[in-house]
Amino acid sequence: MGDHAVDALLRVGDSCLVLAQRLTAWCGHAPALEEDIALANVALDILGQARGLLTRAGEIEGAGRDEDALAYLRDAPDYRNLLLVEQPNGDYGTTMLRQLLFDAWAVELWPALVFSTDPVVAGIAGKAAKEAAYHVRHSASWVVRLGDGTEESHQRMLAALDMLWPYAGEAFLDDEVDVAAAESGLMPLPSSLLPAYRHRVESVLAEATLPVPPDPWWQRGGRQGSHGEHLTYLLAEMQVVHRAHPDATW
Amino acid sequence: MVTVQDAWDLLADVPDPELPTVSVVDLGIARDVHYDGDRLVVTITPTYSGCPAMREIEHDVKARLAERFADVEVRTVLSPPWTTDWITDAGRAKLAGSGIAPPGARMLPLLVQGRPEMCPHCGSTAVEELAGFGSTACKALWRCTTCREPFDYVKAH
Repeated sequence: MGDHAVDALLRVGDSCLVLAQRLTAWCGHAPALEEDIALANVALDILGQARGLLTRAGEIEGAGRDEDALAYLRDAPDYRNLLLVEQPNGDYGTTMLRQLLFDAWAVELWPALVFSTDPVVAGIAGKAAKEAAYHVRHSASWVVRLGDGTEESHQRMLAALDMLWPYAGEAFLDDEVDVAAAESGLMPLPSSLLPAYRHRVESVLAEATLPVPPDPWWQRGGRQGSHGEHLTYLLAEMQVVHRAHPDATW
Repeated sequence: MVTVQDAWDLLADVPDPELPTVSVVDLGIARDVHYDGDRLVVTITPTYSGCPAMREIEHDVKARLAERFADVEVRTVLSPPWTTDWITDAGRAKLAGSGIAPPGARMLPLLVQGRPEMCPHCGSTAVEELAGFGSTACKALWRCTTCREPFDYVKAH
């Protein structure tokens, strides 16, 4: 294992970290108390998964960077998250659709990672697989409820779909890092998860009375470090305290 | 010399920070105790990936064992992943006794979270889910349609 392993782990770990940060912004602002609690719980699970993967990536890298160094001291071009997760929260429907598009990927990825040749990654995955299964139940139920809800909620979900759909495909585009990670047995090839992902997402959209849009040119580049401006603002907020007080302890 | 069993006895008195009616042994969080030379090694495992209580549990375990053991190391392991099947029968009884429904049987597929066997207040089996997430990572919020009381449910996991 080497550089490809670090990159491959950061692609998943950073996606979890950035999404957890996005979800945490709902704390105290969700439309109902139960949803406020739900998103905080989901964010906590996903943050825990991110911590495990970032710690492992730092160990494999061998340059002395721990989870905090990786989370707080990298700039946007060094982040490897999917573009999907850095998209703004928008309204609750947008947040739930983004969550479904993520959860439906996670719920295929983690069970495959249980068979990773890296025992630490396999251990993280064994826990995360159960959590992801619970998360997708929540996000899918909201996409159905809002898509097949009122005229207003339906229109909002159509707008959310229009906005987010181009970001749904990035997780399944293989590059040389993915091929090397798959050959070493660290991770499954991203494209191998696509058929199951499509099936799940299309089933939920059908139940939500939402059309499955045609495949667009999938937005890409986040996994290689090319991000939109949204990520820089998110990181600025997430990192400011740590960078202002780098040696502070509790 | 203090024995491994002495350590287990002490651990049985360390409450879970978020479910203080049960101990870390009742919940299946304390997985293993053994001697490595003169050092006592205790293995603990988190319930959920993001469980915010792990550091406190580690601290509490060390503090309790320090009463009788000079050299204690606490290790955190993720694998095999924690499951509610590891909650002991005594732990389930304590949960129910404090108004928290213990986890039901795990079902396949994993998408199904199971359901409480009965209302922990009145024993009715007429219960329904209010919210899939609750006051801690391991619980959901349910209510009884007989006595109308809401209650926490430790999700089958």
